[in-house]
Amino acid sequence: MIATLFFVLLAVAVMGGYFLGRRRAAASAGGDIRALHSLLNYHGWNVALATGMTGLGVLLIGSFASSFIGLPPEVVYAVAALAAAAAFFLSFQRISRDFRARNAVESMVMGLLIVASSIAILTTVGIVMSMLLETGRFFAQYEWTEFFFGTTWSPNFRGDSDLGILPLLWGTLYISLIALAVAVPIGLFAAIYLSEYASRRVRSVAKPLIEVLAGIPTIVYGLFALITVGPMLRDYFAQPLGLGDSSSSVMTAGLVMGIMLIPFVSSLSDDIINAVPQAMRDGSLGLGATPSETIRSVIIPAALPGIVGAILLAASRAIGETMIVVLGAGAAATLSMNPFEAMTTVTVKIVSQLTGDTDFASPETLVAFALGITLFVLTLGLNVLALYIVRKYREQYE
Amino acid sequence: MTDAAMPLAGPAPAKSLHQPDARTRKRNAAERRFRLYGMAAVSAGLVALVVLLTSILSQGLPAFQQTYIEAEIYLDPAILDPNGTRDPEEISKVLTFSYKPMIEDSLTSVAERLQGQGASELTPAMLAGMISGAANAQLRDYVLANPEEIGQTVEFEFLTNARIDQYMKGKVTRESAALDSKVDVAQLNAADALVEGGAMETRFNWDFITAPDASENRPEAAGLGVALLGSLYMMLIVLFLALPIGVAASIYLEEFAKKNVWTDIIEVNISNLAAVPSIVFGILGLAIFINWMHLPNSAPIVGGLVLTLMTLPTIIIATRASLKAVPPSIRDAALGVGASKMQAVFHHVLPLAAPGILTGTIIGLAQALGETAPLLLIGMVAFVRDYPDAPPGGLFEPATGLPVQVYNFTQRADPAFVERASGAIIVLLVFLVVMNLIAIILRRRFERRW
Repeated sequence: MIATLFFVLLAVAVMGGYFLGRRRAAASAGGDIRALHSLLNYHGWNVALATGMTGLGVLLIGSFASSFIGLPPEVVYAVAALAAAAAFFLSFQRISRDFRARNAVESMVMGLLIVASSIAILTTVGIVMSMLLETGRFFAQYEWTEFFFGTTWSPNFRGDSDLGILPLLWGTLYISLIALAVAVPIGLFAAIYLSEYASRRVRSVAKPLIEVLAGIPTIVYGLFALITVGPMLRDYFAQPLGLGDSSSSVMTAGLVMGIMLIPFVSSLSDDIINAVPQAMRDGSLGLGATPSETIRSVIIPAALPGIVGAILLAASRAIGETMIVVLGAGAAATLSMNPFEAMTTVTVKIVSQLTGDTDFASPETLVAFALGITLFVLTLGLNVLALYIVRKYREQYE
Repeated sequence: MTDAAMPLAGPAPAKSLHQPDARTRKRNAAERRFRLYGMAAVSAGLVALVVLLTSILSQGLPAFQQTYIEAEIYLDPAILDPNGTRDPEEISKVLTFSYKPMIEDSLTSVAERLQGQGASELTPAMLAGMISGAANAQLRDYVLANPEEIGQTVEFEFLTNARIDQYMKGKVTRESAALDSKVDVAQLNAADALVEGGAMETRFNWDFITAPDASENRPEAAGLGVALLGSLYMMLIVLFLALPIGVAASIYLEEFAKKNVWTDIIEVNISNLAAVPSIVFGILGLAIFINWMHLPNSAPIVGGLVLTLMTLPTIIIATRASLKAVPPSIRDAALGVGASKMQAVFHHVLPLAAPGILTGTIIGLAQALGETAPLLLIGMVAFVRDYPDAPPGGLFEPATGLPVQVYNFTQRADPAFVERASGAIIVLLVFLVVMNLIAIILRRRFERRW
């Protein structure tokens, strides 16, 4: 209620400020607006922006402060309204014939632009801080060696749980490995074929179609794993081979995730292969090498750093992927080599520990934040490594 | 190195170039094989796409059809209004549960007619069991809206229960029904007879798109209404926050920022944020927006904020690319006739970059629409039956989102929900295709090459 009142009043003040500012500026020029330093619009904008930005800014700072010292919301709104009113009158008073309203408006807009671009920083700080704080609380209740080196994962909401990350990491890596084993050969060969062999027409059809795979939401892949791939693998492979009878398995999730990663590998590799200069191909072909020999011994070595970077980026996607493994991989934390057994991953356990009724004081819930920061560090590390390899080993061609 | 001829490795060259020697044949075979691998890889990718889409379409299209049964129900005053006052308050005290015997009684004559046709083991209760559990509530709503019709016989159209519906779609067979405790072969026979008599038909089901979710036991009544509304609200929030913030950040970084440590940090940050797993944004939303700022659980506002943070890098990267594509001569011309730097950017560069910015925004929105994992963590998996109000109040009320609804459906035991989940995916994919088409058309129509 008080919030609505505040925002309605602020909107009225901002709009009124614009028109009053214009009026006052016009009056101060004595009817000849050529005498003004700035256009009338800028005088209007000056009052409007000063009022609006002060009101919203004080409100934001106030609510941020009150989350530490606990002010009642009415006080915060009242202070913000007072500050906005003060800004309104100050900026209104300043209007005169020589007032440089355009410069004032431009520096305020510049402030807004800078604030907007710092939001990216704030997000990262928010991610790191929120996870670090909760992880700290987790390690106050649970031994960190147990977490990083424990080989059993059996949370128990009555307390006394085993929360070792190793089975989860194993599941994550196993699934990612299968996914990469599917995606890297297919993606790489597709990129080679499309950039080196395919006619223009084939390329213009096949490339966008493969990239459609990248635009499909992961929940669709998850459902595909759950209702089609899982049962198929179970009926035609796992059961006849006597390897288990669970439809959710490492293989299911890995295969489907591999399909998802094909376009990541192929379109990145495609760009890199295309960046290899034509002169190198011509040189190799002119010496009598066949196209495949040219690709194997000239183009791939030249493009290798970029391709490795693409694979690392795909690996970081695979490790952070959630919905496919939630629906396709299962929930049992096991350390096993059997690819047709259900296993679980870091992301699955983050979801399962943080959904439903959660108690943010128990280690069983807080462990999700420790898992989250592990995941964050892993994927960030892979991304940074990928960038580093691409930058450091890139061949420079003129 | 000397000028002396090097001894050639391998066999002596063939006499004629028209007759390839063994080594050339081998190299040519390797060449053909390599080419074949490439073709196989491309086809593998395409086959995967086709299999994925056909699997989802074939599983999901039946969800848009539903089986309805027509029945004449005698609105019994003895049950609905025992005191005979016709007072809406009195009538509303009758529980939904009490409507069930009324349906059963009204079906007695139908059951007798079908028994006469040879379905000897069919009882009225079994016939009533073919009707969805949602029918009681449907009947109650009708009676509360039209209390004057109590005592009359009214014709109704009810959803059939999921098993009968799946039988009409060919997923339940007589063999599977024999093992199923929820359906009887006699009911399937009755369904055949009713279809022949015209009292039962399968047709397009708008309720799947507009109705709210339904409980575990009534897959036939579950719809996507609340999820669609929740997704719409979240997309609105993303649009109104991510677009201005993203554009402002890109303008600063591309047009004004001096090259220094601070802008370097921001740049590295943005490219890293684009690669952070989406579930991490869910953790951020839970810790900051819910636990610290005490915004409500499962509300579109929290989902919208989390998705905004996720979409920002995409929009910033697209906007910067299209700002960069505007040639410097435009800026120089504006500055040359006396515009300030800010005027040059806002009056000239930004309008010229607008099509590219819009395309990037639509693609970012499409990404956000399909995102599931972060929404699971902020409680959007809750079972929500009430439509949220109009914004702004409705933004703080519980809702679900389209992809989360799919996840929700997959977590339920009844196999009929598989069809619902796939149907929901089709709705989601239709939205994504439309959004991407708009982006492509925008790009084709307004893209300018300088």
